Amino acid sequence: MTDAGLVLLLLGVGILILKSTGPVALGSRTLPAGVARAADLVPAALLSALIVTSGFAAGGQSLTIDARTCGLAAAVVALRLRSPFVVTVALAAFVTALVRLVSP
Amino acid sequence: MTGAANPPRTELRAQAVSMAAAVAPFGLAFGLLCSEADLSILESSAYSALVFTGGSQFAAVGVLRDGGTPAAAASAGMLIGLRLLAFGVVMAPALRGPVLKRIAMSHLMIDESMAVGSASDDLDDRRFGYLWGGLSIFVVWNLTTFVGRSFLGSNPTVAVDLGLDATVPAAFLALLWPRLSTGEHRRVAICGGLIAAITVPLAPPGIPIVVAVLGVLAAKRPQEPPVD
Repeated sequence: MTDAGLVLLLLGVGILILKSTGPVALGSRTLPAGVARAADLVPAALLSALIVTSGFAAGGQSLTIDARTCGLAAAVVALRLRSPFVVTVALAAFVTALVRLVSP
Repeated sequence: MTGAANPPRTELRAQAVSMAAAVAPFGLAFGLLCSEADLSILESSAYSALVFTGGSQFAAVGVLRDGGTPAAAASAGMLIGLRLLAFGVVMAPALRGPVLKRIAMSHLMIDESMAVGSASDDLDDRRFGYLWGGLSIFVVWNLTTFVGRSFLGSNPTVAVDLGLDATVPAAFLALLWPRLSTGEHRRVAICGGLIAAITVPLAPPGIPIVVAVLGVLAAKRPQEPPVD
């Protein structure tokens, strides 16, 4: 078996365990009210963190302000103007590409 | 519970499909990475079908490309994947049913399916959004991995030139936006983002997302009267 094949097997099993532990362990229980409230708030924290990492870090260990930041700013404007989802995302791409085009 | 709109299913479907389109360039990039790491087409496709987690795939195959050991590659993939545990806890109430069915549905647990899956307060709609997001991305991810591995030797910068890497954070922002309707949710989001920002230089990729869950500590305690 190749190295890649071995890693594939390990990760295939390991990642599925990570993904399914929550639903399998908790699925048939009703969460107590406090935990349920926290679970309602957790996506807000997670989404915000994902915006930070995918918008400013993208795989590395440093935060950078670059063309993507401009794209995100454009997305904020689009959202304040109540734009549809697809328009917001397309605008972010467009502005990012434009900034990259015109910057030295 | 407040803080989230209850989007109609047509809206959830649109979000799911847009997310799928947003990950297409990353699937192509992963296919390209697999070429660089000398993976066969079958191996590359198997990663996208069986691991089905972008961050972990890039981490593991990246280590292999750079000459790392299988242990190092697998560890990197698992470490980056730790946040999936948190996602599973968030989505658990919506993914009920027989154990095997829950495991099968859990395979689709990624950033984007969790994001679309938490866009609604109704559990059935949460599962709807999650499955639509997960399945559309599964199709696009596997198709683009195949195309990237098979055909893309020469133009890896196209996605960056077109600003397509900005579509992922913009999509997360668009999904977060309707949840910011209460002060409590806004505080938690700001805290989560700040914690992630602080953690990025200090920890490997993926970990900042896990630590950011602590942002919920910014929520009101139950005894306080609501002030919003």
